Amino acid sequence: MSIAITTQIICFTVLSLVILIGALGVVLLESIVYSAFLLGGVFMSVAGLYLLLNASFVAAAQVLVYVGAVNVLIIFAIMLVNKKEDLKPINDIKSRRIISTSICLTLLSLLIRVDLTNIWSLSSPQNSIGEESTIRIGEHLFSDYLLPFEVASVLLLMAMIGAIVLARRDVMSKDISTGLPVDQELIEKSSEPLLTNKN
Amino acid sequence: MEYGLDLEYSFNEFLKGFGLSSEIAHIIWLPLPMLLVLVAAVVGVLVTVWLERKISAAAQQRIGPEYAGALGVLQPIADGLKLLVKEDIIPAKADGILFTAGPILVLVPVILSWLIVPFGQNLLISNVGIGIFLWIALSSIQPIGLLMSGYASNNKYSLLGGLRAAAQSISYEIPLALSVLAIVLMTNSLSTIDIVNQQSGAGILSWNIWRQPVGFIVFWICALAECERLPFDLPEAEEELVAGYQTEYAGMKFALFYLGSYINLILSALLVSILYLGGWGFPIPVELIAKFLNLPINSPFIQVFTASIGIVMTVLKAYLLVFIAILLRWTTPRVRIDQLLDLGWKFLLPISLANLLITAGLKLAFPQFFGG
Repeated sequence: MSIAITTQIICFTVLSLVILIGALGVVLLESIVYSAFLLGGVFMSVAGLYLLLNASFVAAAQVLVYVGAVNVLIIFAIMLVNKKEDLKPINDIKSRRIISTSICLTLLSLLIRVDLTNIWSLSSPQNSIGEESTIRIGEHLFSDYLLPFEVASVLLLMAMIGAIVLARRDVMSKDISTGLPVDQELIEKSSEPLLTNKN
Repeated sequence: MEYGLDLEYSFNEFLKGFGLSSEIAHIIWLPLPMLLVLVAAVVGVLVTVWLERKISAAAQQRIGPEYAGALGVLQPIADGLKLLVKEDIIPAKADGILFTAGPILVLVPVILSWLIVPFGQNLLISNVGIGIFLWIALSSIQPIGLLMSGYASNNKYSLLGGLRAAAQSISYEIPLALSVLAIVLMTNSLSTIDIVNQQSGAGILSWNIWRQPVGFIVFWICALAECERLPFDLPEAEEELVAGYQTEYAGMKFALFYLGSYINLILSALLVSILYLGGWGFPIPVELIAKFLNLPINSPFIQVFTASIGIVMTVLKAYLLVFIAILLRWTTPRVRIDQLLDLGWKFLLPISLANLLITAGLKLAFPQFFGG
């Protein structure tokens, strides 16, 4: 099995490098569009790591949700509002950087602690389920993890209703960002169907 | 049901006969099916392009390509050669890296999805457990490539085309996945092999199209929308957007888009035939033919017959659907963008949700017909 193991090590190295460099690029690059596309690359490489762990369903779900939905929406939003304007300089940039660095370092130390204390090795090779994982995930989601699953769906529903309320300005009397009264006529005009008068 | 030819096993045994270890035999075997499927996909594109030219000519009472080979069969090859030798242009104000990466990101997921297309019991590259879900996940990568090329072209038509493509693809992915889910519910498996085997009981009568007529129509509409074929070709609507995200592309990069869209069309047709039309199954079950010929099901003749009839049936069904797609393209007008999104969100999504719910109910009520 030497060839298989070598292939796995090569794949793991390449994927880890892509994830690390890509993640640094997402944070450090000036262009927000490049950051967004690199984020997609990082998500894809994480899916590759799941594949190496024999978790093909999780890998496909990662691609579908993070690359196909989250990242596409991020890029979509960037392209719809991509104005060429310089960012305003912030006064207390130094203290903000120190605070964010310390928060990130705390999170990192927490992750390292989890990594060191958790027992990663399986008790026996029979415990790895591989292709059967789809069924196992379904069983868990509908039995012992049912409550978190339902709570997550309620959370998503709330986010969706919130997005609709924000997008449909006619349910509010005031514009959220400017505070001015909403021009109701403009809304009426835009919702009128085309080609109504031409019969 | 585990009968049929196992080419991989025979090939490995053949190589081991020369004293090679099984690992090396496996490594020599690995690229062969991939190359074969890649060649099949490209040849399929050539055939589809020729069909498209001929059928559009017939629909418009023209003759179509005639001089390149008999009936113009060599015309697609001439088209391909022309694209190969054209100058590769990157516009001066375009973003070079993203401009090049865009078409690649559009083409690669489509070709990867051929991994799960079965032409027979053992005739596919890999029977991965997540099967059809892999295709849904991979096809969701495509809009990123479209957005990328639309943005990198630095052209208002390209950007609008890219945005439209992404919006369209996101909206139609949901009813598509829901109608696939109804099939998966009936099969109890995501694997394409299991999906076809579940339909092979009584020939044409056991095909999923009779049990999932609504799902079939929803899936076909969504597949056409995902392929950006007319009546849903808004991302490249000529009269409004020049050519959408393809406007600035020329030469081989344009050829990648072109190949990608046609490979995607053939792939969608193949998947419709696998999910709803019994895949490699003959309208009359092979067991009945074997009984009629008084041959055991494991005899070499029946096995070769099954394998060849499997490939022929899969390709035949897929090309029948490609024919319908081409006819639709040349006979229907394009929908408006608001009509497109209305159709996706207000009509197909509720219908496919109801279809899923009814399928689940029917499965509980009649487990023998709808998969227990």
